[in-house]
Amino acid sequence: MREFIRQYKKNKSAVVGFFIVLILLTMAIFAPFIASHLPADQNLADRLIPPMWEEGGVVSHFLGTDDFGRDLFSRIIYGARISLMVGAVSVGMSLSFGLVMGLVAAFYGGKVDLFIMRIVDIMLAIPAILLAIVIVSILGPSLINAMIAIGIVGIPTYARVVRASVLAEREKEYVIASRINGSSNLRLMFKVILPNAASPIIVQSTMGFASAVLESAGLSFLGLGAQPPTPEWGAMLSDSLQFIMTAPWMIFYPGLAIFFTVLGFNLMGDGLMDVLDPKLKDK
Amino acid sequence: MWTVPTLFGVTLMVFSMVHLSPGDPAVAILGDKANAQSVKELRAQMGLDKPLYTQYFIYMSNISKGDFGKSATSYEPVLDEFLDRFPATIELASLAMIIATILGVTAGIISAIKRYSIFDYTSMFAALAGVSMPVFWLGLILIYFFSVKLGVLPVSGRLGYEFDIEHITGLYLVDSLLVKDYEAFWDALKHLILPAVALGTIPMAIIARMTRSSMIEVMKEEYIKTARAKGCSRFQVVAIHALRNALMPVVTIIGLMFGSLFAGSILTETTFSWPGIGKWLVNAVYQRDFPVIQSATLIIATVFIAINLIVDLLYAVINPKIRLS
Repeated sequence: MREFIRQYKKNKSAVVGFFIVLILLTMAIFAPFIASHLPADQNLADRLIPPMWEEGGVVSHFLGTDDFGRDLFSRIIYGARISLMVGAVSVGMSLSFGLVMGLVAAFYGGKVDLFIMRIVDIMLAIPAILLAIVIVSILGPSLINAMIAIGIVGIPTYARVVRASVLAEREKEYVIASRINGSSNLRLMFKVILPNAASPIIVQSTMGFASAVLESAGLSFLGLGAQPPTPEWGAMLSDSLQFIMTAPWMIFYPGLAIFFTVLGFNLMGDGLMDVLDPKLKDK
Repeated sequence: MWTVPTLFGVTLMVFSMVHLSPGDPAVAILGDKANAQSVKELRAQMGLDKPLYTQYFIYMSNISKGDFGKSATSYEPVLDEFLDRFPATIELASLAMIIATILGVTAGIISAIKRYSIFDYTSMFAALAGVSMPVFWLGLILIYFFSVKLGVLPVSGRLGYEFDIEHITGLYLVDSLLVKDYEAFWDALKHLILPAVALGTIPMAIIARMTRSSMIEVMKEEYIKTARAKGCSRFQVVAIHALRNALMPVVTIIGLMFGSLFAGSILTETTFSWPGIGKWLVNAVYQRDFPVIQSATLIIATVFIAINLIVDLLYAVINPKIRLS
């Protein structure tokens, strides 16, 4: 672990990524203490106030307000909770299904592998955002359905990563030794092989977190994810379209929040790749 | 080899997703207040009263005849609507890819040659930022600066209202040149530039990273040392010996990304009100127009698979190693 931290610290951008994610976590956990207002608190007398440093700005609304007089800073802070939840749920879903599919495919091989990988190929044949839109259009627009859609869309990628990683381990001597010792298939798969094949899966999950946040913001921007008045960053951008001329701050800051979140997880993923799986780097 | 079964699987998946979803398409078309008799009649007319496998069989046999059904809102054939909008998306995706390739490859090469320089660090950080960029947000920022603040480029659409060019290919840049209407060409280009830059950002970032790592790999090869030892200039080594080999994987990734740009354009087209297939699909989703959603998904997936297949074949053509194996 100490060696891992030492290696990770060497990569400066990875450290930056780690701090971005840490700030995000702090925002999400301590949102009620950091935010000056409740995210859905409306005050029509305070509508479209610009950020503090612009003419007409006030200190109590640091980043300004939206068309309903809601405090933008508070909504962005609470938005971190939603983004992290979306990331965690979608990645959790993709990972659990992808893990089982990839593990079973690589471990049993033959027809089982062929069957599972064909399903994976079919899912990959439809571009991710398109498949997510189709799923949401069927389930109906909502944040939960967007999370389910993003979760489903991610499954094939995880299945492929897990499969490749397990295939590389399957024939190694420690696995054969464990098999000779009488380990059951389940034990071989989950206790013996999986921990040794975990590095690329951890890297993929971190990067996957970034794309889940991006996809969910995209779906909400299209009106297919979080619905008003949920302080989701993509939905906030979508609400602000008509104010691009009069209140551009409504566009800048939610977008910056999405950008930094995605960047943070991408940088962290890059750093983890360097430390855990240097062979994958630059591929 | 797997293209046809994959495509078949895609039809099965999209068909089952749409047909097993809750809600009755006939009720969706007629509205909640429609009486039972008219719903029943429409269900019969749409073939929804038949077993699911029969519906799938009919759907497939219609597709094989080029009949993708009719839109539930405009009642126009889905294929006609698609073909009307496809050129707009092709034009947008192509320019996006051209911008992404030129800038991405150039930045990647310079980064690889001047490794660990300020340029390398800056461009690679910019590339990572580009991958993390929400395109719809970038689009809005571009609109704010170039259209609202500076007023130099239009906010949305494909062509100013004052222009009316003959539809020959449906690609406005090409059509305006064909009819020698250079003002219309300039106007179409101005409309195209912001959405293309927004759409091209992520591919540009990926291409830059890929080119850099590929160039670095190639520059370590023995034949590069040989070329240098022979007395080739630095430019000759890079341009003649290294680049050709380094660009092999880049060409593949460019091809693959071109396919995914058609889907990626959904967000960009919505941001810029670009009348292509992305916006058409999103509108169909808003209106719960399932025949359009189903067929549009299938057509886009087919284009995506076809492009991937072409890339695979082209790769085999340009890379003798693959061809021989």
